[in-house]
Amino acid sequence: MADAALFEFLHTEMVAELWAQDPDPGPGVSAGPRGEGGRAAGQKMSLSVLEGMGFRVGQALGERLPRETLAFREELDVLKFLCKDVWAAVFQKQMDSLRTNHQGTYVLQDHSFPLLIRMASGLQYLEEVPKFLAFTCGLLRGTLSTLGIKSLVTASVAALPACKFQVVIQRS
Amino acid sequence: MAVCVAVIAKENYPLYIRSVPTENELKFHYMVHTSLDVVDEKISAMGKALVDQRELYLGLLYPTEDYKVYGYVTNSKVKFVMVVDASNTALRDNEIRSMFRKLHNSYTDVMCNPFYDPGDRIQSSRAFDGMVTSMMIQVC
Repeated sequence: MADAALFEFLHTEMVAELWAQDPDPGPGVSAGPRGEGGRAAGQKMSLSVLEGMGFRVGQALGERLPRETLAFREELDVLKFLCKDVWAAVFQKQMDSLRTNHQGTYVLQDHSFPLLIRMASGLQYLEEVPKFLAFTCGLLRGTLSTLGIKSLVTASVAALPACKFQVVIQRS
Repeated sequence: MAVCVAVIAKENYPLYIRSVPTENELKFHYMVHTSLDVVDEKISAMGKALVDQRELYLGLLYPTEDYKVYGYVTNSKVKFVMVVDASNTALRDNEIRSMFRKLHNSYTDVMCNPFYDPGDRIQSSRAFDGMVTSMMIQVC
């Protein structure tokens, strides 16, 4: 039971730590535009750092979780595995809905995302939300990449705590 | 007891390869390389046949006069290839399966190690080396 709380606190601290560096880019970085431009670049970098961390964790998860399950037959199986097993392992619940247009785009919807549920219920804090979703986007992308699927994952929130993750498969 | 153990990445380059009689290493490398074709054939055959169960253990890939080669593929398309002495007839299928399972567990541990970059050669993991040594044939 306590495992879920541990991850939530770790995640909150990660976001707080990586975000706090943003207003003060440091001596090496501030050669570029200051003020608004510098701050926006710092924010983007924090987001990609968070996403990168999620990616590495996702790669390890993609190796560890499907261990006893049999080989996946097709893409939809992999997505279903993501929604059921990966989500249950990380957030102790399953994804609420999975939709696809069968052209390589999948929308995963979670009506009460555990990392957002402690924040608010409604429209409050909507601008602050992207940084709390970056890690999870990376996690999805990492797991997909270990299972052989190159993808682009973005998240969007209409009203807390429901959020949507959009997975676009990149076919080369 | 294995004579040679190899871990091969998705893109078909070796992540880890070790054989016990270290004089003839090149021969084992060549055998592992040729067995990759057989592995690919088995994977694509599994995909086409509408089999309900898709197993990770591939079984005997091909026998030569001195050695037998076994294969195993994970869900992330990482392949494990094991070369066993053919004269060792006491080795059962179950034992080979359990050796592959141990390999898979150790590989998963290496993957979860934050100091390991996925895609690199498995060089610095002592636990993995120790596990492979325990599986290899004892040559004095």
